[in-house]
Amino acid sequence: MKTILFIEDESALQKTFGDLLTQEGYEMISALDGETGLKLAKEKPDLILLDLILPKIHGLDVLKRLKEDKETKEIPVVVLTNVEGLPEIDKAIELGATTYLVKAQYSLEEVVEKIKKALK
Amino acid sequence: MEFKDVLSQLNIPAQCKKYGIPLWQCPTFLFLVMGIVIIASSLIAYAIGTRYIEDPEIVALIVLILTAILFIMAFIITRSFERLAEANRMKSEFISIVSHQLRTPLTNLRWAIEFLMKGNPKNQIEYFQILKENSDRMAELIKDLLIVSRIETAKLPAKKEDFSLKELTERIVKEFEPLAKSSNVEINFFSQKNLPNIFANQFQIRQVIENLLDNAIRYTKGNGLVEIKIEKRPKSIYFEIKDNGVGIPKDDQKYIFQKFFRSENVLKYQTQGTGLGLYISKSIIEKSGGKIGFKSQEGVGSTFWFTLPLIKH
Repeated sequence: MKTILFIEDESALQKTFGDLLTQEGYEMISALDGETGLKLAKEKPDLILLDLILPKIHGLDVLKRLKEDKETKEIPVVVLTNVEGLPEIDKAIELGATTYLVKAQYSLEEVVEKIKKALK
Repeated sequence: MEFKDVLSQLNIPAQCKKYGIPLWQCPTFLFLVMGIVIIASSLIAYAIGTRYIEDPEIVALIVLILTAILFIMAFIITRSFERLAEANRMKSEFISIVSHQLRTPLTNLRWAIEFLMKGNPKNQIEYFQILKENSDRMAELIKDLLIVSRIETAKLPAKKEDFSLKELTERIVKEFEPLAKSSNVEINFFSQKNLPNIFANQFQIRQVIENLLDNAIRYTKGNGLVEIKIEKRPKSIYFEIKDNGVGIPKDDQKYIFQKFFRSENVLKYQTQGTGLGLYISKSIIEKSGGKIGFKSQEGVGSTFWFTLPLIKH
């Protein structure tokens, strides 16, 4: 069973994604802030879903640290946020994000499809 | 002002880009054009003057007066354009922040509905809870935005009444007890005896106290203590709320009453909230004839206070 780490401070999204990904046959680990996310990334999930506006450590800093760490740099990171500024998108891709998704532009099923694609 | 700041002021395209308006409406560009117009007019006036007026002192005086008039006009025009451009920039920033603040609960709602529509009957009640919480968040933001709009258009209701600040605070503290308990925060309330009533809009003052108490509880780490004190001062009633929470970093303190400003330190502990509460509180207290302020030390806590004038019977 593939494991997905979801770093997101919105508990509503944690709940929805937790239930949905379980239904789809994945195991989901939750982190409500950047610091916890970095700790849980050491458990080497198969994919990390990362929000940007996070308590404690900003999502882009989390991404930078993930990609600098030998243990976590190979894990694909999908940025899932409502921040749609070009500087953030460019920065995330430059830091090594697999893809950048703006939440408001996708349905739940479309996000799941993107996750499956990133896992392949 | 540092040398690099002066240089950046002289960078006209960058200054105009900041306002997001065409070059001919940009105050910095207009200032430059006005400067050229003033120099050219002064030179022309001097050339004409020396041709028709014999006394060089009168020519110099005319040129000086003309230059002064043109300079004042140029200053007024560029200042007006600067204000318009700044208002335009702030409006765009405001729309961008509000859109983002609304998008988060909207996404939560949309995805929860999509999940329910997939036919997941098991834990429907939890999803209804998500729907309720996020619609409440949106309603809260819209309510705050309407208050901000009323503040800015001077349409905030002015109906005032005679009421006891102590009794109002007691009721609010009682309402906040469940939140305080779940956040492991103790609220102590102390009020002087025989306090006179105040004369203000009770609904608005309630909003100020709720904002301050909500902040004090939310930004206090485990085993927190929030102390509320009300006392009589010679010409006013003094309200104080002290917490031993995360505090406000020194660099952020000057922005704390600005619209949508949220301290870096606050974001570490709480990413929700409209960022409008303190702006609204300041506007309400000042409109009620009082004063509001705070002192804070990062990692130690914050003390917010306000005063309201006593009724003159």
